[in-house]
Amino acid sequence: MLELIVISTLNGVLFGMLLFLLSSGLTVIFSMMGVLNFAHASFYMLGAFFGYQLTRWIGFWPALILAPLLVGAVGMVVERYGLRQTHKHGHVAELLLTFGLAFAIEQVVQMIWGKLPMDYRVPALLDFPAFTIFSTNYPAYKMFMLLVSVTIFIALLVVLKRTRIGLIVQAALTHPSMVAHLGHNVGRVFMLVFGVGTALAAVAGVIAGPALVTQSDMAALLGPILFVVIVVGGLGSLPGAFFASLLIGLVQTFAVSMNGSLASLFGPLDPGIGPSLLTDVWNVTIAQIAPILPYVLLVLVLIVRPMGLMGTRET
Amino acid sequence: MTELTSRAPTPSDAAPARNIGFYATWAAFILVVVLLPLIFRSGGSHTTFSLIGIAAIFALSYNILLGQTGLLSFGHAVYYGLGGFLAVHGMNAIAAHGLPVPLPFVPLIGGFAGLVFAVVIGWVSTQRAGTVFAMISLGIGELVASSSLILRSFFGGEAGITTNRTDLPALFGWNFGPQIQVYYLIGFWLIISAIAMYALTRTPLGRMCNAVRDNPERVQFIGYDPHVVRYLSFCFAGFFAGIAGALAAINFEIANAAYLGAVQSGIVLFATFIGGVSYFFGPILGAVVVTMLQLELSDVTTVWQLYFGIIFIGIVMYAPGGIASLLMMHRPLIRAGTLPMILPAYLVAIVPTILFACGVILTIEILAAYSQGNAASSTIRLFRIPFEAANPMTWLAAAVLTIGGFLVARMTWRGVTAAWDRAMMAARERGYHA
Repeated sequence: MLELIVISTLNGVLFGMLLFLLSSGLTVIFSMMGVLNFAHASFYMLGAFFGYQLTRWIGFWPALILAPLLVGAVGMVVERYGLRQTHKHGHVAELLLTFGLAFAIEQVVQMIWGKLPMDYRVPALLDFPAFTIFSTNYPAYKMFMLLVSVTIFIALLVVLKRTRIGLIVQAALTHPSMVAHLGHNVGRVFMLVFGVGTALAAVAGVIAGPALVTQSDMAALLGPILFVVIVVGGLGSLPGAFFASLLIGLVQTFAVSMNGSLASLFGPLDPGIGPSLLTDVWNVTIAQIAPILPYVLLVLVLIVRPMGLMGTRET
Repeated sequence: MTELTSRAPTPSDAAPARNIGFYATWAAFILVVVLLPLIFRSGGSHTTFSLIGIAAIFALSYNILLGQTGLLSFGHAVYYGLGGFLAVHGMNAIAAHGLPVPLPFVPLIGGFAGLVFAVVIGWVSTQRAGTVFAMISLGIGELVASSSLILRSFFGGEAGITTNRTDLPALFGWNFGPQIQVYYLIGFWLIISAIAMYALTRTPLGRMCNAVRDNPERVQFIGYDPHVVRYLSFCFAGFFAGIAGALAAINFEIANAAYLGAVQSGIVLFATFIGGVSYFFGPILGAVVVTMLQLELSDVTTVWQLYFGIIFIGIVMYAPGGIASLLMMHRPLIRAGTLPMILPAYLVAIVPTILFACGVILTIEILAAYSQGNAASSTIRLFRIPFEAANPMTWLAAAVLTIGGFLVARMTWRGVTAAWDRAMMAARERGYHA
């Protein structure tokens, strides 16, 4: 039991930090430009595929640097020639543009790499068990993922809170026109933030690729959970995104490792009833409902607290 | 230009003279629905028309949300799918118990199923508009789609639930076995639903929906609750989506998890937006275009969904009013008779634009041939002209067409803009305004 708790907590925190790598970029982009970037998970997928391809060509470590830079450049191009062009048609058009982009990126990835999972392996340098806990070997690569995520989290915090650039970004979050009046090129700041946000998503993709599955449906699987995270945390709230990421990471990881069902708790139903909705609900295990738990959480949070856990801004 | 969705279908409080045109349009619409299968008699075209009819009802119901109330939903297929499932269960129950309910009334079961679920789900999700609503609709869509795989006894798991529409009592000797009879059933419901949804836009509620879309704060000041208005609009949209879902279930005689999924929600969004949200008939156009694209493109190319995405992005960026807006833009010019002023510019611009499109298509097809690993043997047929995918001359042609076409097209479209301004100016001088 203790083993389960420790391992699940570690995995949950890891998944949560990965989610935060994505949701932090998404949140900053949203609060700055008022645009929910529907294609954010697609940039994460691009990161994983670029990482895979570059790893095959030049090795994992250069890929870890190069792939996010490439994806960040793609992100900046999207902002400069796509979103800025669409901005005059309003937020709905911008959201739809990123929606179409998510669709198109998935198709391009499918066209180039196919629909099957890629053989994206953990680099040999990190392919050993970091420590053994209650007879379970915990892979070093997962510790590396955790390390990268925490490092980026701290770096982000320092840049946002302690540097001049962070000051401008923070100011542009709440008072974009005032920042522009003070002589800053808000357009360029937007482009930069969009590029950094997508690059962060790509970092998550490169390091998550070997651990999870690198496949053309990975964006469609993660995307909705990502939106749950930022709505539950409160749209536009960075601390909210952090706590919601950890919460959902832990909830999902713990749920997957639990096998309980109503049947195991109260005993099986009378077999004479026959299959019905009741028997479905009675026999389903917690592990089976793990994929829908984030959405249940979303609905509950919205009923109790419509602005999200730490949201203040009306949208 | 203001916000995209706020370009309202302006209340064209028609003068009596224009009423004739109004009724003529509807009569023509009904005539087309009735006569089409008599002109195109093949079984394949009847299937196509049936699919278009279903897609049109679904897209019109979606436009109650997006176009009329300004609610962008990513989970509208939930009500379509639940309508479909309830209709299948209803049909099986009718057949099993020998109830005297003929098939044409089954879509009402789907409609009320959609309505009930919209009543339950809508209250929470319409509390906020904008991005939050979009995200909630996405979350609820995922929730229902995933639940459908867990609640197997109702949704039938991966396989879905089948039914047989001919088991229901016949009506006037029609047992709805042949596709043409199903088409007329769909056509009947298309006409009824289209008229009902158009009438809805003319009611005070329909007007309040437009007001909530354009300025919810002001609506609140007058004493209405925007939440309630959005909620009512959501319920109506759910009802008509349920009808469309039930018709789909009747057409395919099956309901499965794909009905509820994100793909279905995405397709209805594509159809509605490509057709145009700011005119009532836009979604019908979009349903025709998207259904035809789905059916035709998938025969021609393996990467048809990519073209689909590119068309959608192009519409969002360059014609956010959709096809309907592009057509209606020309109305004042036609009335004033200044349309001939821009036709030459169009003719000049269309050539490099088509060449550019050909270049893009060639590039995509070459890439597709290479990534599928059969580049050496594959030949791309573009307008019956064969291109060898592995031949460097083809690459050159693709590059020249794409880059050259783009540069020339950009120049010629500037000419179109200038000609457009002149034609519009002339129309204004003759007293016709946009």
